[in-house]
Amino acid sequence: MTTRGMSRAARSGLSILTVVVVLVALWEGYKVLWTALEWSWPVRPDNRTLPHTWDILGALFQPAQRNGPPLLWVEAKAASLTLREALVGFLIGGAVGFWLGVLFVRSATAERAFMPYVVASQTVPIIAIAPMVVVWGGRLALPQWLTISIIAAYLTFFPVVINTVRGLRSPETTSMELMRSYASTPRETLWKVQVPAALPYIFTALKVSAAASVIGAIVGELPAGFRGGLGRDLLQFSQQFTAAPQKLFAAVLIAGIAGMLFVGLVTVAEHRWVAASARQKTDWQTTQVVG
Amino acid sequence: MTALVVEARGVGKTFGSGPEQTQALHGIDMQIAPGDFISLIGPSGCGKSTLLRLIGDLASPSVGELTVNGKTPGQARLDRNYGIVFQSATLLDWRTVEKNVELPLEIMGFESEARAVKAQEMLSLVQLDRFAGHYPWQLSGGMQQRVAIARALAFNPSLLLMDEPFGALDEMTRELMQQEVLRLWQETGTTVVFVTHSIPEAVFLSTRVLVMSPRPGTISDEIPIDLAVRRDEDTREDSRYFALITEVREALRRGERGTKT
Repeated sequence: MTTRGMSRAARSGLSILTVVVVLVALWEGYKVLWTALEWSWPVRPDNRTLPHTWDILGALFQPAQRNGPPLLWVEAKAASLTLREALVGFLIGGAVGFWLGVLFVRSATAERAFMPYVVASQTVPIIAIAPMVVVWGGRLALPQWLTISIIAAYLTFFPVVINTVRGLRSPETTSMELMRSYASTPRETLWKVQVPAALPYIFTALKVSAAASVIGAIVGELPAGFRGGLGRDLLQFSQQFTAAPQKLFAAVLIAGIAGMLFVGLVTVAEHRWVAASARQKTDWQTTQVVG
Repeated sequence: MTALVVEARGVGKTFGSGPEQTQALHGIDMQIAPGDFISLIGPSGCGKSTLLRLIGDLASPSVGELTVNGKTPGQARLDRNYGIVFQSATLLDWRTVEKNVELPLEIMGFESEARAVKAQEMLSLVQLDRFAGHYPWQLSGGMQQRVAIARALAFNPSLLLMDEPFGALDEMTRELMQQEVLRLWQETGTTVVFVTHSIPEAVFLSTRVLVMSPRPGTISDEIPIDLAVRRDEDTREDSRYFALITEVREALRRGERGTKT
């Protein structure tokens, strides 16, 4: 079989499918082999610790509660709520990160004064920050979802700051000197030279941030006591792990897919906005080598 | 008497301070008239690029007086008197050739139609009109440098500053580009200050060659080039051309000896 002549989408679909098949085979193979050899390290192969892949998948189609809708339906709804919080957090964090980056590149004093705190902010664990934000949000009478978004933004902004600073500094010195010779204003230089040059850097950060914002939203839901999101369900299912391990695995699967969906959206935006010239450049160089 | 484009009196440039201090330029006096094609030539470290940067307000003199079109270099920059071409073309990868040429015009507030007309005109001047829609990375090094020249001339600057613009090109391309620059200079009447370390290039292009010597960088000789204004491939085989090359070479040697004693 050859992958040549298939569309780009078909090829990537095929490779995703291959990876899924391999992972399932490894999982089930581990269970069979470890059971046969009576090994229990590092993870016991029994169904309470490592449920069968089909049991995990099956759990999605069984009611979450007696006579309730199937787990898949419940978790998909939960994921859509959590994703919405994550998206708002991502937008807030992305904007804050970008403008902090601009500020730092514009002013060395600001960078020296604030950059250490930006870095320090990420060494404080999110589970320590989240309850504080929840309390403050409550004082300010912010809606619960917005409080959670702010917690997500806290995880989002950091990669964006770092990469924006790097990207805005990426143009050649001579490019900046040419802009100076045109008597360009700092704003024109920013939008016409620095930001376009920084876009590949910024999008790399946004992909990291998209995944981080989903984590931030899930973690933020816990101290907020938010019902209906993925956070609460993951906590509940982990408490029920010994009784019904497949439920936790199923919920984790949904959370993972939600995160991937978000990162995928950012990648689509990246292809739309930046990669056009970069991709053409690669194609062009490839054809030059061939032809 | 016509107004000078560049006038320097006792210009010096020192980098750093204390024991780290180095004197890059010292006691520079020069006068450049409208329509001149001046080459700055000298060994590495003689400060020729620094001098060009002072003229173009990319750095400021430590001492002395420097005027461009009778103004401070800073004012001349704000008045958009400079077109600059560096050794690397520094085109923006995400803009087409045409949009690259339009960049300075955008910043100077030209309407989009005027920009397109001007860019087309400049691109045909450097004979690249067929490549307006290409991206810079689809062009050869020589073509990229021609785009950079078109961009520098797009807003009719009164002074074109070129810092070893053909340093990265092969010999054949380099000679073609020299012809091209001479043609553009004659067609536009711009004043050019050209930094190079190639003696034949300096002689072939210039109306006057300023020979510089290092430590501290200073102008040690000034050689008027009395070749005919129209120069072509035959010029490169002219005996006067060779005599001038020898003259510049001698001046460079004198400059080096001067620093050793």
